[in-house]
Amino acid sequence: MPSTHSMTTAPTTSLLPGFDNPVDDAQQVFRAALEAFAHPGRLETLPVTSGQPEGLSPALTALLLTLADPDTPVWLPADVPAAARAFLRFHCGCPLVDNLGEATFVCIPAGHAMPALADCAQGLPAYPDRSATLLVEVASLHAGDTLTLRGPGIETTQSLCVTGLPADFRASWRANNTGFPLGVDLLLASGDEFCAMTRTTLVED
Amino acid sequence: MQSETANQANAARAAWLRILALAQSDALDAAYSRLGDAAALPGYRLLRKPESGMAMVRARAGGTGAQFNLGEMSVTRCAVVLDETEGQAATAGVAYIQGRGTRHAEQAAVLDALLQRPAWHQRVHDVVIAPLAQALTERAAAQAATAAQTRVEFFTMARGED
Repeated sequence: MPSTHSMTTAPTTSLLPGFDNPVDDAQQVFRAALEAFAHPGRLETLPVTSGQPEGLSPALTALLLTLADPDTPVWLPADVPAAARAFLRFHCGCPLVDNLGEATFVCIPAGHAMPALADCAQGLPAYPDRSATLLVEVASLHAGDTLTLRGPGIETTQSLCVTGLPADFRASWRANNTGFPLGVDLLLASGDEFCAMTRTTLVED
Repeated sequence: MQSETANQANAARAAWLRILALAQSDALDAAYSRLGDAAALPGYRLLRKPESGMAMVRARAGGTGAQFNLGEMSVTRCAVVLDETEGQAATAGVAYIQGRGTRHAEQAAVLDALLQRPAWHQRVHDVVIAPLAQALTERAAAQAATAAQTRVEFFTMARGED
């Protein structure tokens, strides 16, 4: 039966395991993501490790393993390695879409340009939750341009140092704020650290 | 033509996955160790650890009626990938079995991966699949024979209307 042998070899050559304990680990990462969204701009460190496909960082991988499932379409830039796509398809079972507007999670690994925030799903007035969450890999969350954040979840102000955001980020984020209750939420990741910015988080000039 | 061979390959794989899933755990265990005694099995790592969960079984009355939920059953699944060896790419194997036998699921997944390797296919087929298929047929025949003992034939008298 020679025909049986070529079936699954091609896409599985680089498949990696996901979380060690899928339930416990996903719960811990979910808790960390919840903390990050409750305190925008505060850095969270990844509590667990997972298999990590080529092209994705530890934080992006863990967040997608935790958040993405068959109900949440994920958008990836076109030139992300096939290994990363196969990994997400196997472990999350999430649809990978080409159309940015259809995606619930827009994942931008290191070295890729961030799409315009306005092109991502903004939600509907009756269902503002049907908006996209962007997961963006940045060069650093410890050095670089300092953003002063204000808004719900921040007592006075929170400063966040980021390297790797696009030059027009402040303007596009202000536009995102004005659309409230519509708009996108943002998770910034770097290595095994991440922080969140919600659509209500204001960036001071 | 391409899709036809792919269909045949899928049918062959479905057939051995069925035999592995329906095998009795101790029989599979014995066959697995017999295979391991003959030659060392290649190393493998777990892609998805054996995990148990529930699956809803749906059915159709008479094969044509509306679908209804028959009930839930426990299912254990597992996925492994065999280590790359000379000239052999990594091969993934999967298993879905009824019940909560994590060992059964893991062994079935490894055997599925081995069956996809040309170097192992015939050996696994002879040592594992053929005896398990034989046992499955015998079990089904014994069950049918037991049921047949209490079989009742109904005859309807002609009513003479036609």
